[in-house]
Amino acid sequence: MALFSNTATLLSKELRTEFRSRELLTTTSVFILIVLVLFSFATNPGTEEARQFAPGLLWLAILFASSLMFQSCFLREQVNDTLSSLRLAVSDPFAIFLAKLIANTLFLLLTEALMLPFFAIFYNISLWSKLPALSLVLLLGSVGIAVAGTAISAISAQARMRELLLPLLLLPLLTPVLVVSATVTGSLLDRDPVVQWKGIAFLGVFDVVFLTALWIFGQYFLEE
Amino acid sequence: MTKRILLGVVATALIIAAAYANFYIAPTERTMGVIQRIFYFHAATAWAGEMVFFVCFVANLLYVWKREQKYDWLGVTCAEVGLACITIVLITGPIWAKPVWGIYWTWDARLTSTFVLWLLYVSYLLLRTLIEEPGRRALLSALFGIFAFLDVPLVFFSIRWWRTQHPAPVIMGGQGSGLDPTMKKVFFFNVLVMHIFCLFLIVERYVLEKLRHDVDLLQREAEVQ
Amino acid sequence: MSTLALPPTGLRFENIDKRYGGLFALRRVSLEIAPGECVVLAGRNGSGKTTLLRIAARIVSPTAGKLSFPGAVGDSAAGRPGYVAHTTMVYDELTAEENLVLFASLQDVPNPTARAEELLREVNLFERRDSVVRTFSRGMRQRIAIARALIHRPSVLLFDEPATGLDPLGISWLAKTLGDVNRSGCTVVMSLHGESEVSALATRAVQLDAGAVVADTKTGASLRSILSFGGA
Repeated sequence: MALFSNTATLLSKELRTEFRSRELLTTTSVFILIVLVLFSFATNPGTEEARQFAPGLLWLAILFASSLMFQSCFLREQVNDTLSSLRLAVSDPFAIFLAKLIANTLFLLLTEALMLPFFAIFYNISLWSKLPALSLVLLLGSVGIAVAGTAISAISAQARMRELLLPLLLLPLLTPVLVVSATVTGSLLDRDPVVQWKGIAFLGVFDVVFLTALWIFGQYFLEE
Repeated sequence: MTKRILLGVVATALIIAAAYANFYIAPTERTMGVIQRIFYFHAATAWAGEMVFFVCFVANLLYVWKREQKYDWLGVTCAEVGLACITIVLITGPIWAKPVWGIYWTWDARLTSTFVLWLLYVSYLLLRTLIEEPGRRALLSALFGIFAFLDVPLVFFSIRWWRTQHPAPVIMGGQGSGLDPTMKKVFFFNVLVMHIFCLFLIVERYVLEKLRHDVDLLQREAEVQ
Repeated sequence: MSTLALPPTGLRFENIDKRYGGLFALRRVSLEIAPGECVVLAGRNGSGKTTLLRIAARIVSPTAGKLSFPGAVGDSAAGRPGYVAHTTMVYDELTAEENLVLFASLQDVPNPTARAEELLREVNLFERRDSVVRTFSRGMRQRIAIARALIHRPSVLLFDEPATGLDPLGISWLAKTLGDVNRSGCTVVMSLHGESEVSALATRAVQLDAGAVVADTKTGASLRSILSFGGA
């Protein structure tokens, strides 16, 4: 189907562009690290209270990092007006969004993977046994963040003060992801770990709702 | 014009009537005392606000579909009126909570998701000020409005299922459950009154938006000449 | 120049309006361009040339009116016009070849790599095919932009001020290239300022002013006066 082949072509472009420069990945990873370290100065890691806060702080760090990461998503298409040439070339404009949100999800997951070891060390938490379930939460949460982030990035790229506007629009929208992901991660990392399937299902619902909304309305974001 | 004045007069009269009912007709609540009376106003405004935001959502959808300016005007109007309602809810909530529980804020599902709702629509209005071209502004804010409204139930349930304080302080004295019949009548009267008052605000704000647009148009035409 | 993918196509604008807020960029523009014509759009800055071309390219949607491509067959990517504007509309971080292969793949061009190489040779960029576009000069950027626009063998080519920023050598090359493209049957519509080797290719000229068509060589206006914004 044309949508999938276009998406695959565009996805390889997104990945190639990013891996050639690696600007986004490096800056985002360093940023999350800085945020985690700052959190540890603000709280008192190693104490029991800090361990309880840790999952929430992890997801806060991911959210903040994502609101930086998505800035360039559509801005880089404005440099040479490649957005216009893409719109001319693809058969379904949703392919542009789909490719970007898959790429953004991958970048987020990569950044999280790079940062998890540090998180485990700072907060003295063992992650190995919980890795499969943790990966699922990270995946579903990151997809939700990426879908909303890609959509909002398309909006803020067309407004003034876009660096400030993007987090302003995105973060309230992602409240459910923060609440549920932090809670599910927390109960996973508890002394008696529990997998909250209801929460995982909820994240899935969030992802489906926004993905569907983006599929229906995506073309209008790019109109002139 | 006369219809608008009439609506304004009726709405104002009704608000005064509701205030009277809240203070003099409704019986005093057993445990909370006089402060409980703010709830008629608080909850009714919340309901009206939610209805107004729903109208905003519909207006946003209609704009994306039909691209007629009037839907954009309706959208921004409802966003502002809804935001005013929500602001009142967020202010009256703590006013009630402090004397009753000694705390200003409670992380109750409704109050917290109301706060997020407030943030979402403040962002909606901020977005509008940051886009100059009217067509783009209308389209992009409508799209954000749609996404924001789709988010609202997700926000509510995520907080309700994973964040509500236990034991949750029961806000409405058990809404509808065991509510004194007079209290019920006063409450629903407030609901009606707030809806009518919001309608009045919507009409006035819509007219203002249309006027702004007409003035803008005239200015541009004058510039061209 | 390579042959077209599809039969020659014309362009028809019917009562096109484009409004931005209260301002009309285009007012009731009606224009019929026959297949194979080479049309110059002339007019002051802000007269609506760029908007009209972007509408023809289907990047901008008109507020009112209808755009059609008489003679077009089906709705495939090959039927879409090629569009060249002030920016290259390619990615600075990718090489010339990568860019062309990207746009060829997106538009279902058979054998994208071969087609990309073919086009790179035609625009004299084959030696620089592995260089990232960021390193290109103005003239080279122009050439990669044209290559991108022609990758899917369009039947219509839209060109917004092609000669801007080119030296005389560049302008000669452009005139030759556009001439070749037009001779192969492709309808060319381009906006221009003033007379040059490029304007000499025109079979027809149309002048726009304040969003409306004010002169057309088809209805008797002179090419020279249109190009100097003189009107009919």
